[in-house]
Amino acid sequence: MSRATLGWIVLGWIGYAVLPWYGFDSAVAPTLSEFVLGGSGLVLGMKGAWWLLPIFAPLLMLLRPVMRPEGRLADWLTASGILGLALILLQGFSIGLNGWTFGILKALFGEPGPHQAGMGYGAALTATSFLILLCHGLAARGWCRGDAFVTSSIGIVMALIVVFVFFPVSTILASAFGDDKGSFAPILFVMKFTDRSIWGLDCLSSDLRCGVAWNTLFLGVLVAFGTTALGLAFALIATRTSFRFKKLLRVMSVLPIITPPFVIGLALILLFGRSGALSAILYEWFGVPRSRWIYGLPGVFISQLLAFTPIAFLVLIGVVQGISPTLEEASQTLRAKSWTTFLTVTLPLMRPGLANAFLLGFVESLADFGNPLVLGGNYEVLSTKIFFAVVGAQQDQGRAAVLSIILLGFTLGAFWLQHAWLGKKVYTTVTGKGDAGIPLPLPRRVAVASYLAAIPWAIFTVVIYAIILIGGFVRSMGRDYTPTLDHFLTAFRVERADWGLYFSGSAWNSFFATVKVAALSAPLTAAIGLLTAYLLTRQRFSGQRAFEFGTLLSFAIPGTVVGVSYILAFNVPPIEITGTGFILVMCFVFRNMPVGVRSGIATLSQIDKSLDEASLTLGARSFTTMRRIVLPLLRPAIVASLVYSFVRAMTAVSAVIFLVTAEYNMATTYIVGRVEAGEFGLAIAYSTVLIIVMLLAIVAIQFAVGERRLGRRSATANAAPLAVQAAP
Amino acid sequence: MKLTKNFAAATMLAGVATAFSFLSAGTAQAQGALVMYCGVQEEWCRAMTTAFERETGIKVAMTRKSSGEIYAQVKAEAANPRADIWWGGTGDPHMQAAEEDLTVEYKSPKNEELQDWAVRQWEQAKHRTIGIYSGALGFGYNTELIKSKGVEPKCWADLLTPKLKDEVQMADPNSSGTAYTLLATIIQIMGEEKGFEYLKALHKNVNQYTKSGAAPAKAMALGETTVGIAFMHDIVTMVVDKAPIKVVAPCEGTGYEIGSMSIIKGAKNMDNAKKFYDWALTPAAQKLGAEAKSYQVPSNKSTPVPPEAPKLNEIKLINFDFAKYGSSEERKRLLSKWDNEVKNLPK
Repeated sequence: MSRATLGWIVLGWIGYAVLPWYGFDSAVAPTLSEFVLGGSGLVLGMKGAWWLLPIFAPLLMLLRPVMRPEGRLADWLTASGILGLALILLQGFSIGLNGWTFGILKALFGEPGPHQAGMGYGAALTATSFLILLCHGLAARGWCRGDAFVTSSIGIVMALIVVFVFFPVSTILASAFGDDKGSFAPILFVMKFTDRSIWGLDCLSSDLRCGVAWNTLFLGVLVAFGTTALGLAFALIATRTSFRFKKLLRVMSVLPIITPPFVIGLALILLFGRSGALSAILYEWFGVPRSRWIYGLPGVFISQLLAFTPIAFLVLIGVVQGISPTLEEASQTLRAKSWTTFLTVTLPLMRPGLANAFLLGFVESLADFGNPLVLGGNYEVLSTKIFFAVVGAQQDQGRAAVLSIILLGFTLGAFWLQHAWLGKKVYTTVTGKGDAGIPLPLPRRVAVASYLAAIPWAIFTVVIYAIILIGGFVRSMGRDYTPTLDHFLTAFRVERADWGLYFSGSAWNSFFATVKVAALSAPLTAAIGLLTAYLLTRQRFSGQRAFEFGTLLSFAIPGTVVGVSYILAFNVPPIEITGTGFILVMCFVFRNMPVGVRSGIATLSQIDKSLDEASLTLGARSFTTMRRIVLPLLRPAIVASLVYSFVRAMTAVSAVIFLVTAEYNMATTYIVGRVEAGEFGLAIAYSTVLIIVMLLAIVAIQFAVGERRLGRRSATANAAPLAVQAAP
Repeated sequence: MKLTKNFAAATMLAGVATAFSFLSAGTAQAQGALVMYCGVQEEWCRAMTTAFERETGIKVAMTRKSSGEIYAQVKAEAANPRADIWWGGTGDPHMQAAEEDLTVEYKSPKNEELQDWAVRQWEQAKHRTIGIYSGALGFGYNTELIKSKGVEPKCWADLLTPKLKDEVQMADPNSSGTAYTLLATIIQIMGEEKGFEYLKALHKNVNQYTKSGAAPAKAMALGETTVGIAFMHDIVTMVVDKAPIKVVAPCEGTGYEIGSMSIIKGAKNMDNAKKFYDWALTPAAQKLGAEAKSYQVPSNKSTPVPPEAPKLNEIKLINFDFAKYGSSEERKRLLSKWDNEVKNLPK
């Protein structure tokens, strides 16, 4: 038996016999001794909580392989793992806060029956060790080539996805099939599903409106194409040209991603609205009549393009960097023109990146809520419809669930298409062999096209941000341009009291909470996301596709639905975590994990497996291989997922609106409140501060993770051959 | 090697555990606390919180959300309620919550000091919610933009003039309680058939159905629309902010909202919730609204009405039937009728 297995058996015992089994409520156990021993599962079980006693059995079973190690270790571990998990789940779900949770138990044993609170540290630890011991058992039986690290990782990630994605999402999707009172009503579902306001095609034949589903789909495809093209242009310029303002371009392409919601939309209105700055100039100089064209599809399209191009860029830059010049050089040696090379070698090699960028753009557009809210006008999309089905005057959660199912269907379709397009081709370009080539300069027309796309766009971004910057310092944007610092003082006043600094500004509270939650969730997100990507590309196991889809699920579902589903699922035992900051962290981790997964997959599929294999042949275990070989090569993906998850945790709105509490208020809910009250100046001032914080964080992340050093020479470097290495 | 694996797993676990301990520390359920969901503007919410804390020493954990969001949250949390009191926000979601048994009955000793409309709200909701402020519906126009149009609307009927084509903005009643109040108001003034005729005619002049009820007021201030339909106190906030807007109380009469307060069923701090309930009905508490730049009319008779507030006694108010138009059945019927007959009309 390995020391790891032994360690987990000990931890399982600690969780059951030492740590408090229930709740994170410190009010339950006032003293430390009571808290540590008196609240443990074992003690409570003997004091009358009989349903905890059966869990003792699998823990005893685990002692047998410890006593007699020569026995059938695998069978004992597997059996006790399964039994333990099953017992914990069974008692957790059948005994609730107010007695039995299932009708049949009520009928059999009488009401109300025993009751219990939500699980705590002890239960979590014991359940985790059962899970990992089960995985160790499976590894010992030969799963995944007997590698316990791989089986445990798969087990943990799967369990997390089941708990934090499948479980809450299924609770809310179930309500699609019920009526107001919660009873099963399939006909109502069909009626809601086939509603004309969803699927109507009237806009093709008349001037009536089309269904909201078509609107959403159309916008999503448009945005996905746009962001992928722009992202590619930026990525090509950043990696393949000697453009002088590369660094600046990079910063600017990332700016929109770190912009809190509503702000881009607001800036667009101030620029292009009927009384906007640009509209005024056009009217006065050229007599172009003022109009409201920005409200509707054009406005939403532009703002989403602004907001999501950085995501495409972040995914694509790693991929473009990774493409081996060797192949391109070979192509040129064979007398292909640079344009032909680009078309037939470079572009096809970028396909994993392009596909993933497209998928992310599409899904992001579908789930985006802030921009359609501000700029949508009469162009309706599913995400806003869903939000207002939950919180609007209709208050129809079932309808929201139906609309979510449609949205989910679209995502599923996009996911499937992406798989079909990538097919089974191989995109490996980072291998252990030295790359002798120099990255080709871009063919002229590609370079020109990239510049033409990227530079106006970059200038446009600058203008938007200038407006945002000014907005924080003037009294009322669009009306009264008297300079003022009032907005910043209201939000971020710091006073000097006798005992130190007193943060009296109204925004400090939410600011600190947001930074804390974002800083906690970013590394977790990146770790879980990249681990998942590694499992998906480097390991083969059954159910891989379902597993992959599971990781995408919470991303595809609109935030509002996720928020409500988290309350429905986690407000009652066995997992009772609403009102804590933990639920916010978990929500962010699982909503943002897909970006880590996608960029990880895109980057990993370029890295030759023979690098891993070489490491394995030399005797390293898969964990060591991952740490020493894969992770350094994954740096762009690490940066992408860290940055993205940190930023998203600071800027997401719709999911957290239901999860914030007085103590864990988030910056975005504060901003939304200000926008609702019409205090744009304050909202913009707060956003400016957030943007600066996020910029600092991005720089810090870049610095901490570092650049990936592939053995590639830049086109400008002189000819002396460098020592060629795959990894430093 | 095994050790490193173990180490990795342990680090992961330790990470999760630290996250737990960092974040689980305070679910405000300790003694002497009150968890409040607040449905008005942040400033007003804060003023209420600090004033109550100063007065009673009870620590208030306040969360601000829109009233629709609060309703959705209270409903989702029904099995294990987190909040004690739900203060503020338009009356419909409060009525809905009362109908669905999410809130509890309470009779405050302060009830006698209240205006009739506040008490009527309480009676209609079977003692489960009570009026704390009220605001009338109306519209406003941007005084600079209206010059070129050559009209000066004073009544609901004036909004139908072709001169205002594409110049009126209102919210979508499906998403906004404000716009639903308008729908119900028009029907109560003109009758259902004539009312829908009016809304269809108005549709030709509407440039956009916004999602949020206060958005038309903001769009007016920015000059994005000439006329906006909203609650008058929301428009007044813009006027106080020096926007070139004139507020109009329509001559045919108009409907109003009653901002309400309810105690959540299963509240963990029931006594404190009642204490807050009684306190929130006093003039001392109600005058905080005007100080926080919210110009609704308070429900306690002896609270001074802010001078900026639209005077309810000078506005022709209709006898709004909150029980009928607040019920979920009637609402669903009217909303789907509006969706099918008005919203999908070609311009």
